[in-house]
Amino acid sequence: MTMRYILLLKTEENSALGAPPKELMDAIAKHGEEMTKAGVLLDTGGLAPSATGARIRLSGGKVTTTDGPFTETKELIASYALVQVKSKEEAVELAARFLRLHQEHWAGWEGESEVRKLLGPEDFALGFGQD
Amino acid sequence: MTASETDRAIDAVWRIESARLIAGLARIVRDVGTAEDLAQDALVAALEQWPREGIPGNPGAWLMAVAKRRAIDLLRRRQRLERKVEELGHELEIDGEGAAAGVEAAFDDDIEDDLLRLVFTACHPVLSAQARVALTLRMLGGLKTEEIARAFLVPESTVAQRVVRAKRTLAEARVPFEVPQGADRADRLSSVLEVIYLVFNEGYSATAGDDWMRPALCEDALRLGRVLAELMPEEPEVHGLVALMEIQASRSAARTGPSGEPVLLLDQDRARWDRLLIRRGLAALQRAEALGGDLGPYGLQAAIAACHARAHTPEETDWMRIAALYEALAGLVPSAVVELNRAVALSMAFGPATGLRLVDELAAEPSLKDYHLLPSVRGDLLAKLGRLDEAHAEFERAASLTRNGRERTLLLDRAAACAPAAGPGPLPDPRP
Repeated sequence: MTMRYILLLKTEENSALGAPPKELMDAIAKHGEEMTKAGVLLDTGGLAPSATGARIRLSGGKVTTTDGPFTETKELIASYALVQVKSKEEAVELAARFLRLHQEHWAGWEGESEVRKLLGPEDFALGFGQD
Repeated sequence: MTASETDRAIDAVWRIESARLIAGLARIVRDVGTAEDLAQDALVAALEQWPREGIPGNPGAWLMAVAKRRAIDLLRRRQRLERKVEELGHELEIDGEGAAAGVEAAFDDDIEDDLLRLVFTACHPVLSAQARVALTLRMLGGLKTEEIARAFLVPESTVAQRVVRAKRTLAEARVPFEVPQGADRADRLSSVLEVIYLVFNEGYSATAGDDWMRPALCEDALRLGRVLAELMPEEPEVHGLVALMEIQASRSAARTGPSGEPVLLLDQDRARWDRLLIRRGLAALQRAEALGGDLGPYGLQAAIAACHARAHTPEETDWMRIAALYEALAGLVPSAVVELNRAVALSMAFGPATGLRLVDELAAEPSLKDYHLLPSVRGDLLAKLGRLDEAHAEFERAASLTRNGRERTLLLDRAAACAPAAGPGPLPDPRP
């Protein structure tokens, strides 16, 4: 049974490193192409800086909106990839490859990838929380 | 990491890398059977070493390096290395300075062409359909023998034998490791598409057994189709097939009721259709259409599936267009099954009596003698016309002909519902 996972890349915004080097962007493009050619990549996208976003919050019975940037947050989602794979390990390996590209082409960069399973029909059949 | 975690990690790397490994190796040794054995050797090495030494930082590259070394060893044993490097050097216009380096260079070059060669070799018409399916799932889908066996409800030894025999057949027939060109190409491509769709269909409407669907097979076929679409972006029928599979797969969750029973197309809860797959399917269909020319059989079936996908309610379905598309399909691949589906579309566009006239013409068709959907469709049209006694008999007959347990129950229910008080029911999934 295959499953869908969303791979989120999280990093500090406005880091001192500046813009990502061209080599990295090229490597990312090639990586995306390879995942497409491997038939696993369903969708992908980069997220604009949080200055272009907003947070909408329900608290104390009130809905409030705060415009970005979210300066207090250390790590923000920078991009996502939606993949269809046979196991969590496969999703983890794809995410690790993505980080290795950063390691190779952007010295000093740090961040993390969060791998999250999308609920599928199988989850609704079994009830949540079962693995 | 525990042993089973390591095993699962190795499985994952294998799934990602195996097709490229086998394809690259096959280019060097010019035999897919040997290439697959070499790739398996690399896998065995990983299974031995990784649990002990930990998973390497770049597992894909590790597997690739081991596989290359094995290939070079093999060629050296065969004392063919020098000649091979000469050939490769000629092909790639590189200097063979150091035999191993030459092979390494060849390995990294044109891996996509190698993958395509592998697809066409695994689906070579010299092999039976079953053998093609087994080889394709194993070499391109990265499935293990036991997984293929489970999917097709056959013993593992049967699949293993099929694979061994298929490899031998390819070697004995001296099937070249190449992508066919010229007049041969279209035929060979349709053999490839057939294999992928066969796998999909086996998952989508299991011909036997107790499950209505085996989703894993659909997913494997989709993955293969998506790979092929990227490898052959200029072939409209490849996009047509992918579009068809994406759209059909989008309905998976809605096709089964709470206790696993089939739910027919027009009864499905369309909110449960997978919008992402529909979007991908419509995009693939657009790619097929954008390449120009008339749609082929898969493209036309995808266009029909797209008509359903675009309708937010069953009432919005453009049955006139569907009927026209079936007519075009019948022109390309004349078949009684296509005619039967056209009859369903006509009945929806112009009323049950119009459909029934065409179905009655098909009743004498020998190829439909044991096809359960003929009495099923006929029963439905008769029920709509209020001829319930006849409808009852047709549904019973349909139930006696299907080999799928879930479907039989559904048909018997419909037969029972054809008591005089019961109203007309839905049409069967109008799908070839």
